[in-house]
Amino acid sequence: MPDRDGPTIRLKMSELINDFVVRFANVNGTGSASANGMFAKAIFRMGIPVTPKNIFPSNIQGLPTWYEVRISEKGYLGRREGIDLMVSVNPQSMLKDVQSVRPGGYFMYDSTKPLHKEYIREDITYLGIPLMGICLEQYSDPRQRQLFKNIIYVGALSALLDIEFGVLEQLLAEQFRGKEKLIPANVQALQLGVKYVKDNFSYPLDIRVERRDKVGNKIMIDGNGACGLGAVFAGATVAAWYPITPSTSVVEKFEKYAKKFRTDKVTGRKNYAIVQAEDELAAIGMVIGANWNGARSFTATSGPGVSLMNEFLGLGYFAEVPAVLIDVQRTGPSTGMPTRTQQSDITIAAYASHGDTKHILLLPSNPKECFELTTDAFDLAERLQTPIIVLTDLDLGMNDHMSEPFEWDKERQYDRGKVLSAEELENMGRFGRYLDVDGDAIPYRTYPGTHPTKGSYFTRGTSRDEYAVYTEDSAVYIRNMERLVKKWETAKTLMPKPYFYQKKNMSPIGVIFFGTSTYSSEEAIDLLREQDVAMDAMRIKAFPFNEEVEQFIDDHEIVYVIEQNRDAQMRSLLINELEINPKKLIRILNYDGMPITADKIVKEITKTLVTT
Amino acid sequence: MTYIRPTFRHPNLPKNKINYTRKDYEGALSTLCAGCGHDSISGAIIQACFELAIEPHRLAKMSGIGCSSKTPAYFLGNSHGFNSVHGRMPSVATGAYLANRDLVYFGVSGDGDTASIGMGQFVHAIRRNLNMVYIVMNNGCYGLTKGQDSATADAGSVSKAGSTNMFNAIDLVGLGLELGATFVARSFSGDKTQLIPLIKAAMSHPGFALIDVISPCVTFNNNTGSTKSYDYVREHIEATSTIDFVPTMEEITTSYEEGDSKEVTLHDGSILNLQKLNQGWNPEDKLSAMIALQNAKSKGEILTGLIYIEPNTQSLHEVLGTCQTPLNALKEDILCPGIDALEALNQSLR
Repeated sequence: MPDRDGPTIRLKMSELINDFVVRFANVNGTGSASANGMFAKAIFRMGIPVTPKNIFPSNIQGLPTWYEVRISEKGYLGRREGIDLMVSVNPQSMLKDVQSVRPGGYFMYDSTKPLHKEYIREDITYLGIPLMGICLEQYSDPRQRQLFKNIIYVGALSALLDIEFGVLEQLLAEQFRGKEKLIPANVQALQLGVKYVKDNFSYPLDIRVERRDKVGNKIMIDGNGACGLGAVFAGATVAAWYPITPSTSVVEKFEKYAKKFRTDKVTGRKNYAIVQAEDELAAIGMVIGANWNGARSFTATSGPGVSLMNEFLGLGYFAEVPAVLIDVQRTGPSTGMPTRTQQSDITIAAYASHGDTKHILLLPSNPKECFELTTDAFDLAERLQTPIIVLTDLDLGMNDHMSEPFEWDKERQYDRGKVLSAEELENMGRFGRYLDVDGDAIPYRTYPGTHPTKGSYFTRGTSRDEYAVYTEDSAVYIRNMERLVKKWETAKTLMPKPYFYQKKNMSPIGVIFFGTSTYSSEEAIDLLREQDVAMDAMRIKAFPFNEEVEQFIDDHEIVYVIEQNRDAQMRSLLINELEINPKKLIRILNYDGMPITADKIVKEITKTLVTT
Repeated sequence: MTYIRPTFRHPNLPKNKINYTRKDYEGALSTLCAGCGHDSISGAIIQACFELAIEPHRLAKMSGIGCSSKTPAYFLGNSHGFNSVHGRMPSVATGAYLANRDLVYFGVSGDGDTASIGMGQFVHAIRRNLNMVYIVMNNGCYGLTKGQDSATADAGSVSKAGSTNMFNAIDLVGLGLELGATFVARSFSGDKTQLIPLIKAAMSHPGFALIDVISPCVTFNNNTGSTKSYDYVREHIEATSTIDFVPTMEEITTSYEEGDSKEVTLHDGSILNLQKLNQGWNPEDKLSAMIALQNAKSKGEILTGLIYIEPNTQSLHEVLGTCQTPLNALKEDILCPGIDALEALNQSLR
């Protein structure tokens, strides 16, 4: 070992091929994201399942940020505790970073300056590379020193972990397409890292990668990008939003894809409009105004935004105006931990606004579902004439996830719902905006400007009769509220079905999860099965709950509900809506702001099995 | 007010150039108090739309919450309307306008709905130069909750209950000018000869057109000591000019002496004839408009009429570069990139 102070290898683990966790400790705003992303993508390109996660502060520059990559040949995409290899490029967090390496793991660091005594552990291996030293020698421009430092450590990792160099070269070529003259310098920086490792260490390490064919035709994309793309495919033309982490990139990606796919080739004009609103109240107000006027419109926000949107969501429910809201959940309450993940907006989203209101929730758990459920949301909003809330979270929204590729049925047509044309209005009797003509409790609507004398009405949040005429008559009010309940029943039949992990129930124990709790729940089920604990599993995709959800709970003696919030909000929703005996539903919770791990689920479930 | 509207209509009622009678622009019977200024404004809106020959169904009425915001039910019964959320009409109107650039958006708000709870959205609608008419039915009080002072009540104004307002008034006209509104006017519900041409001009304007209309609340704010009573307003009113609206393609029949009159050509070709100009004021010069406003204020006068106009202004759709077809009319073939595009995208993500 070249480092004067670093100890030599003490503990030798058995080889870990394609099954380990690498964490990068960086300083926010130093350009590490693209280098780290290249590292993860290279492993993905080698056919090995990988799941990268940004663990970042609410900060633009200076504070510690981490990037964690789990490599799992078995395809487990949940977060896993225990760092096998730490790439430490941030002196600020170094002590904490040293401590977080599991015994027997590796600690790569910048050895330009000697390591302080307090950072020395006996049970881990130190890999000192003089990153800054190499940069000072090679580059004169300070910005280049900064950026190439990141590339050099990726080069070093490629030698240590046996990442194919050609794959990295290819990724650089793709990254700098159109700016080809930047490629050689980057390749050279990679080589500097490789050379240092080859000259100074025995390589590759006992943790390393080997090419596999476990990725198939999967793609890597973040959930927010998938939602933004979904909105483009679904025909959204008006996006109104207010910036808030972690949802901001939903509209940014919508804009990126809309620019690409929706710019008129002849005129250069946009077949969409995006408005950055003054706040979330205005954003949802614009969405409601646009949908009322016949354009598909959406907004994206996070918990604090949903709080502000409550009044309008109630109007949307009661006045029966379609709207699509993508809520990328973060850690609450209040400002909470704005750059950490949680599934804690279930209750507020389901019952947003005063009075008797309920809203439809769609719960994607991977990018493909982000795309699909966003496109479905627009159809459902117009079919049911009500706001639809797509609930994702920071983990899904802001991290790249390996996902099945997007699909689009070429036969698919938008379901624009019950909208009367001028001709239909012309040939019918009196139009009643809130009349249940078809028995499904969904009335017909008209767009402003359709017919000179028929179909106009006054949309309002006040009570009104079937013809949209204001009334405070109790019987009429109740009739309308009952119709909305009936419409809710219609909605149940249109919700995406839950996903069952077994054809037939095999166990008295059931487990329910949704969204990003899915990855770790699936892994936990496998781990528990290895311990002879068999469970039937169901993944919920929507609220209101379909009959299948109720049946699954009925069919089991106890059911674990895995979710990422303190108050077991989904469990409460199940109890409240399906009138289930609370004792039957056992809460498995994680709400520390980090994605839930399989270990945690296994521990919690095992604990209850011992006591029951 | 009368509770029974006569159904008899003379068979030879005058028709406008698209063959509609004034009746075609009416709405449901008002439920506001008898003598309410708001009903006069509704009447002026009906008259303006009739005279301008607007197709009623090509206009959308937008409002917030309050006495004022109920009025869209009382005019243009063949138009869609949206009585939204307190103080949030501008955002709903923005969304509606984005969805369909071809309709006329007619917003009605009150002083509470605009100057208090809705201040945030009001100023941003101005900032975006949203193409809409924005009428504030300004009575200086909260009528529906029985007469509390609003933010436009003047300091020192005395309420019906006898209390004196201690806080300075927000002047929506001054604020509109400051924020860059491209059409700013003030009027009085009791002065239809001024209000009707102003509404017509506002509807012809391609950007945000603000008309602050003082509209006395006969029930809660028409007492001695109130600065928003009929008597007080009549005694203190001062107009920038008299105003004539000449629609596009119509001949101008009167002429006025130079120096005392001004002609403003609006974006759509219609013309505003302004006569007996306030000294030193030019409606296309913002500085002179601000000075005229401040001068009137310092003299305790309520300045009405057209205050400022920027006739050739860019609407929000122009600023955003949106297509000429209303977005709500675009079909799936334009909107959905399709399966090949998606497959290419998948490939780029591998």
